[in-house]
Amino acid sequence: MAIPVEMPKMSDTMDEGVLAAWLKEEGEKISAGDVVAQVETDKATMDLEVYDDGVLLKRVIEEGDSVPIGGLIAILGDEGEDISAILAAYGLGGSKASGESETTSAAEPAAPSKVAEQPAEDADPVSATILTTAPVPVSATSDAGGRIRASPLARKLAGEHGISLFALSGSGPEGRIVKKDIESAMEGGSSSVAPISAPAAVPAVSSSAPIAAALPYAPSDSSTPAAAPSAAPGAYEAVRISQMRKTIARRLAESKFSSPHFYLTIDVDMEAAIAFRDKLNEKAAAKELSKVSFNDLVTKSSALSLLQHPWVNASWMEAEGEVRLHNEVHIAVAVAVEDGLITPVIRHTDRKGLSQIGAETKDLATRGRNKQLQPSDWSGSTFSTSNLGMFGIEEFTAIINPPNACILAIGAIRDIPVVKSGAVVPGKRMKLTLSCDHRVVDGATGSRFLATLQGYLEDPMTMLL
Amino acid sequence: MAVLQYREALRAAMTEEMERDSSVFLMGEEVAEYNGAYKVSEGMLEKFGPKRIIDTPISESGFCGLGVGAAMAGLRPIIEFMTFNFSFVAIDQLINNAAKIRYMSGGQFNIPIVFRGANGAAGQLAATHNTSTESIYATIPGLKVIAPSNPDDAKGLLKSAIRDNNPVIFLESEVMFGWKGEVSDAVDYLIPIGKARIAREGTDVTIVAHSKSHYIAMEVADQLALEGYSAEVIDPRTIRPFDIDTVIESIKKTNRCVIIDESNPFASISSEITYQIQERAFDYLDAPVLRITSKDVPAPYAKNLIEYYMPQAKDAYDACKRVMYVK
Repeated sequence: MAIPVEMPKMSDTMDEGVLAAWLKEEGEKISAGDVVAQVETDKATMDLEVYDDGVLLKRVIEEGDSVPIGGLIAILGDEGEDISAILAAYGLGGSKASGESETTSAAEPAAPSKVAEQPAEDADPVSATILTTAPVPVSATSDAGGRIRASPLARKLAGEHGISLFALSGSGPEGRIVKKDIESAMEGGSSSVAPISAPAAVPAVSSSAPIAAALPYAPSDSSTPAAAPSAAPGAYEAVRISQMRKTIARRLAESKFSSPHFYLTIDVDMEAAIAFRDKLNEKAAAKELSKVSFNDLVTKSSALSLLQHPWVNASWMEAEGEVRLHNEVHIAVAVAVEDGLITPVIRHTDRKGLSQIGAETKDLATRGRNKQLQPSDWSGSTFSTSNLGMFGIEEFTAIINPPNACILAIGAIRDIPVVKSGAVVPGKRMKLTLSCDHRVVDGATGSRFLATLQGYLEDPMTMLL
Repeated sequence: MAVLQYREALRAAMTEEMERDSSVFLMGEEVAEYNGAYKVSEGMLEKFGPKRIIDTPISESGFCGLGVGAAMAGLRPIIEFMTFNFSFVAIDQLINNAAKIRYMSGGQFNIPIVFRGANGAAGQLAATHNTSTESIYATIPGLKVIAPSNPDDAKGLLKSAIRDNNPVIFLESEVMFGWKGEVSDAVDYLIPIGKARIAREGTDVTIVAHSKSHYIAMEVADQLALEGYSAEVIDPRTIRPFDIDTVIESIKKTNRCVIIDESNPFASISSEITYQIQERAFDYLDAPVLRITSKDVPAPYAKNLIEYYMPQAKDAYDACKRVMYVK
């Protein structure tokens, strides 16, 4: 029996995956546990293992194609087995109504991009059905899961008349495509319509255009600015939005739009911390332990401060109707990588020594840059830090990393004149800015946390108490 | 065509059948000496005498059981409930005896009995006297359920019910007893059980409504017509067996359907019709099937509340607009 291989959920925040590379050819024998492809998620490039033995009957999507979780990637089975039933089950083959015995070419256009390349002459009611049901995100009329909203009648009519639902915008509630929309499409009344049958009337080029517009990476009607600059060729370089950038865009927008941020900045005298760190690193070098950075000092002192301020180590759980005060401290550290950033987590941060925190941070950052992190490495944080001090940034505000209630933005240590005992003397100062989700944390709560944190950094020996 | 009140049409049906067949008799509270609580049987005692028009004590379970036994013995009883709210004290006779004896006797006994009377809400009668029972009885295999909306259907269907060899629940309405309508003069005027009536032809939306709700449907159709929309109004007349074919054929034309049903919404007649529509006409639907029912609470007493509780023409009108996707 042929077995479908679906896009697995490889991370908590993943909605869809891009097939980065195929590692097996069609017709190749596969054993359970074999890696058949690599999939780029929002966080990392991961191996796609199969759980069954068989022959790789079909690579349903091409390299670079993106499918939602649960979408069909490949089909395994016995040599020569009929796969049309599976394709149909995923909306990629013909439906019952369009005939049981489909030719290979009818079942062929699995990935939308492939369909787009097909000349219109090949388009028949069967491939029209494929287009109308393929589970690919669409602009106006699809829901979050990427399914087109259309009334049963509209689907049937579209199938009968070879009209692509992708190309229509629905006039019903929530963009539902209804009979009226199909009728106006048939009359050619809507400019947003591209009938994909009628080969004589529609050249291949124009039939592919609206389909391409429905692909996830192409700008959709709703997201294209009205006055998009009509630049001359070569005026810009189009960079495909990676899964990571999409996730960053989605999660940070979600955070900034839904949690009311406010910001508290405190200036920390770092003279004692500098002396403390110098001494520590001498000992660490002698014991061949990892060196301790200022960032590690901030991480450790944040962890200890969080223990005393549970409302800062918290999450707003709207759906559950509760604020969750975490009993454990897991600090996520923002790490810049090639095309974005990731936030790996140092677990039980409060229980770890400075040298261990330093070593783990370094390891997570390295693995992050090499896209080797696993979902377990970046999930489950209770608080986050972000450090731009190494770029000379004096202070900045960071966007909260949900479901955390706060994030700490760490600035550079500056040599500045300070007033001590009535005299202006050289000083070492570092600014820390706490972004707080006001649904959980109030000004006084955040300020007390920062004061505790400042206390640890200005007298680092107290971390040992 | 004679113009008759709904109660007169019922009386005419019973009278004709009793003249035609001496095994038919009428039994119930106040049907004889008082001429019927709602004057449906007025004059019948005089005409047929006390052996065929029989007053009973207030004992629904007793006289319903008596009726079932009489039907088993070969008579054709008509049992009048003053209202179907009182059928609940006799429900064992209806559900376990009338409905099942033919089945359990392997067909040795027919049960040619009609239980008739007022059903559904009728104004400020409070919670226990305002129940719509159609879905309660229609769910029982072995019972036929009829709910005519006008005198003509009432006469033609009651005559068919009396002649039917199975138990029939015949649902009338206190509110409609005095309503008038043309009734066929045809000799032996029989309307087949299980056949819906297309009360008004249309192309844009199908409205299905039985009994009193039928008039809401017609009112909505009139209003829509003023705005240029053509509603098809179907009166099922028989609840069980339900004439789904007529509804499906209509939806194939209109692609949308609104049901008005006085029953409480959960597991009601409208629920069942909606199920059958989605099963048989899925590919013809351009919009979800919507329904207007009474509210999902016991009927209130206060005038403003009972009015609010009942299906509203405005809601039905809005539902039609919604399924047509017009503002």
